[in-house]
Amino acid sequence: METKAFQKIYTKITQITKATCSLHATGIGYNELAVVHGRLAQVVKILEDEVTLQVFGGTEGIPTNAEVVFMGKPPSLKVSDDLAGRFFNAYGEPIDGGPPVEGEEREIGGPSVNPVRRKQPSELIATGIAGIDLNNTLVSGQKIPFFADPDQPFNQVMAMVALRAKTDKIILGGMGLTNDDYLFYKNVFDNAGALDRIISFVNTTEDAPVERLLVPEMALTAAEYFAVDRNQTVLVLLTDMTLYADALSIVSNRMDQIPSKDSMPGSLYSDLAKIYEKAVQFPDGGSITIIAVTTLSGGDITHAIPDNTGYITEGQLFLRKDTDIGKVIVDPFRSLSRLKQLVIGKKTREDHPQVMNTAVRLFADAANAKTKLENGFDLTDYDERSLRFAKDYSNKLLAIDVNIDINEMLDTGWQLFKKHFRVEEVGIKKELVDKYWPKD
Amino acid sequence: MATKGRVKGIIANLVIVEADGPVSQNEICFINLKGVDLMAEVIKVYGNNAYVQVFESTRGLRVGDEVRFEGHMLEVQLGPGLLSKNYDGLENDLNAMKGVFLNRGEYTAPLDEKKLWEFKPTAKAGDSVTAGDWLGEVEENNMPHRIMVPFSFSDKYTIKIIVGEGKYTIKDTVAVLTDSKGKEIPVTMVQKWPVKIPIKAYKEKPRPFKLLETGVRTIDTLNPVVEGGTGFIPGPFGCGKTVLQHAISKQAEADIVVVAACGERANEVVELFTEFPELEDPRTGRKLMERTIIIANTSNMPVAAREASVYTAMTISEYYRNMGLRVLMLADSTSRWAQALREMSNRLEELPGPDAFPMDLPAIISNFYSRAGYTILNNGESGSITFIGTVSPAGGNLKEPVTESTKKAARCFYALAQQRADSKRYPAIDPIDSYSKYLEYPEFAEYVSNKIEEGWIDKVNEAKNLLLRGKEVYEQINILGDDGVPIDYHVTFWKSEIIDFIILQQDAFDRIDQSTPIERQKYMLNHVLDVCKTDFEFENFNEVSMFFKRIINQYKQMNYSEFKSEKFNNFEKELNNIIAERKIA
Repeated sequence: METKAFQKIYTKITQITKATCSLHATGIGYNELAVVHGRLAQVVKILEDEVTLQVFGGTEGIPTNAEVVFMGKPPSLKVSDDLAGRFFNAYGEPIDGGPPVEGEEREIGGPSVNPVRRKQPSELIATGIAGIDLNNTLVSGQKIPFFADPDQPFNQVMAMVALRAKTDKIILGGMGLTNDDYLFYKNVFDNAGALDRIISFVNTTEDAPVERLLVPEMALTAAEYFAVDRNQTVLVLLTDMTLYADALSIVSNRMDQIPSKDSMPGSLYSDLAKIYEKAVQFPDGGSITIIAVTTLSGGDITHAIPDNTGYITEGQLFLRKDTDIGKVIVDPFRSLSRLKQLVIGKKTREDHPQVMNTAVRLFADAANAKTKLENGFDLTDYDERSLRFAKDYSNKLLAIDVNIDINEMLDTGWQLFKKHFRVEEVGIKKELVDKYWPKD
Repeated sequence: MATKGRVKGIIANLVIVEADGPVSQNEICFINLKGVDLMAEVIKVYGNNAYVQVFESTRGLRVGDEVRFEGHMLEVQLGPGLLSKNYDGLENDLNAMKGVFLNRGEYTAPLDEKKLWEFKPTAKAGDSVTAGDWLGEVEENNMPHRIMVPFSFSDKYTIKIIVGEGKYTIKDTVAVLTDSKGKEIPVTMVQKWPVKIPIKAYKEKPRPFKLLETGVRTIDTLNPVVEGGTGFIPGPFGCGKTVLQHAISKQAEADIVVVAACGERANEVVELFTEFPELEDPRTGRKLMERTIIIANTSNMPVAAREASVYTAMTISEYYRNMGLRVLMLADSTSRWAQALREMSNRLEELPGPDAFPMDLPAIISNFYSRAGYTILNNGESGSITFIGTVSPAGGNLKEPVTESTKKAARCFYALAQQRADSKRYPAIDPIDSYSKYLEYPEFAEYVSNKIEEGWIDKVNEAKNLLLRGKEVYEQINILGDDGVPIDYHVTFWKSEIIDFIILQQDAFDRIDQSTPIERQKYMLNHVLDVCKTDFEFENFNEVSMFFKRIINQYKQMNYSEFKSEKFNNFEKELNNIIAERKIA
């Protein structure tokens, strides 16, 4: 960052913590940017003439006589069509060796969409993965995270979803991404020949953690440009939001705020909502869909981060290894897409809702049977049939390597019902049974 | 002279203002940020410093910026034209705002000041009146909207002049009242009221006793809510809180529905915006939107306004209650409101209570719930506010401060169970843990005996008992194994499954099943209880589940058919045949 002429330079820092520093200054705007010892910082607290700055790059090595210059504006991003195909760091500076992007300068973290101006999401996003399309259908304008343990292949699944979904732009917001994962995304997008519709804002584990706080808003400011100004459909991938929340707690801790549940700041819900609620279907056709990753610790969803996320997002996708078939499946019990009701049976075949619910219910029966088996009880004929059904269902529909269209998924569902059950055992509306129960 | 002040400190949306005169707690002020007025509320005063929570983003605010105090608390405007409107938490008309984005400092008038209303006087000159008494009425969405003596009028008054029938705007004087000292006061059709103060312009508040039909069987039959009652729905995410609340808001037998979308997802409100103008109220044949007011302060809108939104909704509810109407108010979710309180308490550096919530949280919640109720107005008419709030317990754990505080205040408890949701048994209200205190009210028992049938409460308790028994037996079967228990145990379990599948479970997305009138609920409960009382003969436990699955399947087809239609009757006939197969005479 260059300093401009006639800018006042402060050289007396009065307090330094691991993430913040304070000094005496006047005429400073709240949330304004500053450069401290060559590092970017933001105003987070003003008390009379004492200004507290959050230093994104960390405060290591900052002396009390470091130069501090205020920029007179909050963090911003230059937006234009030239963003497409580029890789940036958390500050919006190119890291791909290319020239800086020219365009209109916009403040990040801009205002919210007026709820009455939103359009109800209604466009299905097909991924070919039956665990998603059949049971947890995605809709444009939706926000949904993968809840996954760190060892699960969520980055692979997310990249697959991103490439199969037919959107105009894909924006990757990487927070605390390992360098290996960053290169994985880069290669996958490159090999698919999709680089020209991808924009990436990446903070890797090599960068300072507090920098991450800028990544989602950078990505979403770019997304709003394409969705509002260009009426495009934009898919935003945010990985990993748990590391984002960790950065929030670092800052709030340094500012002596009283932590609430799990050492997270009391404002965690509002902080996350501000990001996720940027997902929207605009009336003029543009849309922002957010798919995020929230890593769990040992599958615990009661932790404050996944818990608050679950209340904000429109569902969640769980990955689980099914030991019966030895593949990763999309868990039908714990996964949910809240917006699926807007498209299933409407944009898809009429039998979609009932096939979906029945299959999941039968899968639950199989789970009960399995418990019985593990406890050493005899199984009934029904139990054994439901166990066989569950295995088929996992293999042919739930596994993440399935790639078929939705009608095919529904037909597969009916075939599995017929193979393992009698009509009265599935409890589906008679009209649908008459129409879709496979004839011999 | 109005008090002025200057900004002294800024921490997120908490701003410290040095005031040059008197300020009061909860007073509204405006902070001038480069020509844009940001609304704020005083939440603490310390010496000359007023701590204010700003209802907008404070980005760019500077020390020294000017502040103007308004001399009153946060108020809403009450008058004809509120119905069908979409407001934010501060009663700004969202539809009147320009552009796609919410611009900071944009405030819009809640009511149309130019619209002409057909006013009909119902009181006459010489009548003596007090606050809340009806002076006349206008027609609002085909319902009479009473024009009342403003609630802030604390004296006894005589009507000096009241205008004749004719067209007036809300700003025109429609009556002149004389107070006890002979002072004349003009009255218009619009009045203001501070949202945090309950409106108490009624004669008395007896115990509520009239059933409020919601069309949701697990509520109406098992744990009914009453006109003027209170209830709350706690549940982990993904258990169907919002679907359930939407169902209640669509189907409930209320005259006015006020929905406060408080800190929840924007797309959920969009669903209301999209569907309510299309959907019909089955009782009146008119569009649902005509009886609805939506207060939308979604999770990405300013946190401080989130707290205000529930109070705004309650004050509007009280206004319509005083017209002698049955108002249903829904708030989704009260946990977000509590979190807004926590964020502010934290910034004020108050000593925290449990989970860092403010210490007075239980008091705030119970005060709020107490604003609901069944009231007898001054003129002998009745009006009610039924309040149902959702709670989003952190981690799905019901032992957290918001759930516990609410449990002390609300009379109905609808616990959503993760386990039921996982097995897609919707609505996921747990039949064992949930309760309605109204079932214990003798006046309610008498009311339903007349309205539904003699001895209804006994049947409800019988069904509850069967469900509990079924659960106990199921645990036994799980411990001892299918063949380790007598066949009777399986029969008991499957009888409880009929109640679960046919009475409790309901398809919110099926045109017919989504709403069940009480007459049909009565028919089905009686039918199911009869089957539960019937003895059947079985050789082994495998036969039991096969047999009852067929019964449940047949009942389900009945639930999906028009009540008493030919299809319905045919399914019932087939069902009775199945029952006869194994019935012991």
